[in-house]
Amino acid sequence: MTQPGPEFIVVHILGKAYRVPAGLTILRAMEHAGYRLVRGVGCRGGFCGACGTLYRTRNDYRIKVGLACQTVAEHDMYLTQLPFYPASKARYDLDGLAPSLATLVRLHPELPRCLGCNTCTRSCPQGLDVMDYMARAMRGDIAGAADLSFDCIMCGLCASRCPAEQTQYNVALLARRLYGRHLAPKADHLARRVGEVAAGQFDAELDRMTGLDAKALKGLYDARDIEA
Amino acid sequence: MYPDELRESALRVAASRERRLKEKHPRLAPEEKDALLRGFHPDFREDTQRPVTVGPNSGDRMPHELVDLLEARSRLDLDAVSLDRPALEADVLIIGGGGAGAAAALTAQAEGARVLLVTKLRLGDANTMMAQGGIQAAISPVDSPATHYLDVMGGGGYTNDPALVRALVSDAPAVIAWLEELGCMFSKQPDGTLMAIHGGGTSRKRMHFARDYTGAEIMRTLRDEVLNREVPVVEFCPALELLLDGHGRCGGAVLQNFETGSLLVARARTVILATGGFGRLHVSGFPTTNHYGATADGLVMAYRAGAELCFLDATQFHPTGVAYPEQLLGQLVTEKVRGVGAQLVNGEGEQFVFPLETRDAVSAAVIRECGLPGKGVATPTGQRGIWLDSPMIESIHGPGTVRRELPAMFRQYERFGIDMSAEPILIYPTLHYQNGGIRMDPSGNCPRVPGLYIAGEAAGGIHGRNRLMGNSLLDILVFGRRAGRHAAASALPAPGRLTLEHVRRHNREVEKAGKGGRLAPMLLPDYVGREPSAS
Repeated sequence: MTQPGPEFIVVHILGKAYRVPAGLTILRAMEHAGYRLVRGVGCRGGFCGACGTLYRTRNDYRIKVGLACQTVAEHDMYLTQLPFYPASKARYDLDGLAPSLATLVRLHPELPRCLGCNTCTRSCPQGLDVMDYMARAMRGDIAGAADLSFDCIMCGLCASRCPAEQTQYNVALLARRLYGRHLAPKADHLARRVGEVAAGQFDAELDRMTGLDAKALKGLYDARDIEA
Repeated sequence: MYPDELRESALRVAASRERRLKEKHPRLAPEEKDALLRGFHPDFREDTQRPVTVGPNSGDRMPHELVDLLEARSRLDLDAVSLDRPALEADVLIIGGGGAGAAAALTAQAEGARVLLVTKLRLGDANTMMAQGGIQAAISPVDSPATHYLDVMGGGGYTNDPALVRALVSDAPAVIAWLEELGCMFSKQPDGTLMAIHGGGTSRKRMHFARDYTGAEIMRTLRDEVLNREVPVVEFCPALELLLDGHGRCGGAVLQNFETGSLLVARARTVILATGGFGRLHVSGFPTTNHYGATADGLVMAYRAGAELCFLDATQFHPTGVAYPEQLLGQLVTEKVRGVGAQLVNGEGEQFVFPLETRDAVSAAVIRECGLPGKGVATPTGQRGIWLDSPMIESIHGPGTVRRELPAMFRQYERFGIDMSAEPILIYPTLHYQNGGIRMDPSGNCPRVPGLYIAGEAAGGIHGRNRLMGNSLLDILVFGRRAGRHAAASALPAPGRLTLEHVRRHNREVEKAGKGGRLAPMLLPDYVGREPSAS
């Protein structure tokens, strides 16, 4: 019996049809079709948000979105990438900001105009409840917005689909930085250790250690006690 | 759900879980580890490397794929570019927009320098963004910089540059404090204590993390701060060559607008090279975890400018790359999965290595196991692998732990129909990190090229022959900040008239050696038309 050959599908990249093997991600399908990408490609692992893609399938009027590196291409998929989105980004000095609703609204005056339509949540390739974290931002719940948005990769697909011109991913980043800087409990042990290093408390031990040859280091290393 | 080929063996893993929960696989004795590395690590295979025949490292063995680039001619048409009227000027030119470049930019600007950051792709497009596991710093009461030092040296096979390691471990607490100041959301206890776990090769729990998006959290914070501080950034503009004056002092670079192809000359008092590593060269044909832009451009440019390279014969294979599903082949399964309790298990449901040996040893052990009859597992496409028993995490820490502690990993597998909290995952080593790089001193200065500073994965010597988990996010920030500070404060006289004479000399040398069939830097890998398993 002969092995079955690979199955092929047709994808429509920027309106042009290409035949590619089934099972590829959109990114690999584009490369298979002959695209050598400069934009719309990044980490290739779902972390960097470079490859946001809009697509539609035949007999469906709805526009869907996904990351090209994480979405498997389907037969009769019509797609275009959105490698850049000209959203605004507020400039601020984090130290001088209060972690409050007033800060969010001053830096993102569009925030109260959210329509609550939930398009952002439906557009998130990370499966985040974007509308929920935006609702928390609008209530001044900075910690909640920071927590719920933590896995955001800032691909911008939410903003691209938002009828109220929100830049959800920038609001989320601001909330996280406000939380991390002003609301999260401070690491006292860290501050102490920074002080100890600056005071030279470990210098003598490091002087001794850096003076050892490989054999002496190996002796110490092989005899290390390992924290349970 | 797994196809039939894999399901049976996954069930054997599940069946032995109860027994293995009580079982602790012994650590390798030093001589066992040595024999394992020599027998099975790709660095020790005869056919993977050759000596480079041109430049300062002539005679040194390195992977074929890198030697090909070092022996290539310049991509730049040397007669097409006029150096007299630079389009861009700055005190400090930073090439590379990952964690090291961003840290250098913020630090140099805070020192009062006029900074210009140029990058091949977007600001933040770098391996930094993908680092999930964590960042080391000796901050607990039972830990110290000297203990950290010993772990780093032991991990690197005692070959590391001691001065660089000392800088790394001494600056570590201050780097974490700096990130905390910038609002990085580290995972903390209610009293503010940073959570900490072991990484492979650590003797103390000093891996700190921001859930499992540690690198992304650091990178998006630094990127935001670079934008807030209005550091000038030019994206999609790779450097093609460095510029030197008549004394061999670095004073700028020739850049190319990726979209229009036009060449731009940037002149600066000092240059920081933070261009990352060589993962996308697919050394020895391995898949890679690396970002699309990791093509060793900085090594190529610095080498032509006279810089010395070191430890490039030592490549880090991450022991746990995805072996199935095919769409994720080579992508990273973070070491944290083992850090929180998952064991490595062969096709018969047996452990064969202590899960938190150093990466080189675990990789070699996995490669060895896959070569033993009945122990390795083969996927429908013929890719070999062994099991990482992720459901064990839930057995130890309770249901819901995987989803809570490893949301990025969980999501990646879920997209392809695999529930890693209930089913084990199949892994095989993947090309992860360039242990070596450009030789530099603790200020980041490249001793053979005055005015040139190195930071990030492009640098060599910090990790010796093998880097430990959690020391890469650390080193990019330690040496990014050091390079930024020293480049901004450089007391060198301003560079003289800039030339590309060193590149002409290089082109002549490769021609004389009968090489130069290729052009470099590579800038981007070429996956056009490749079959799925190629990348």
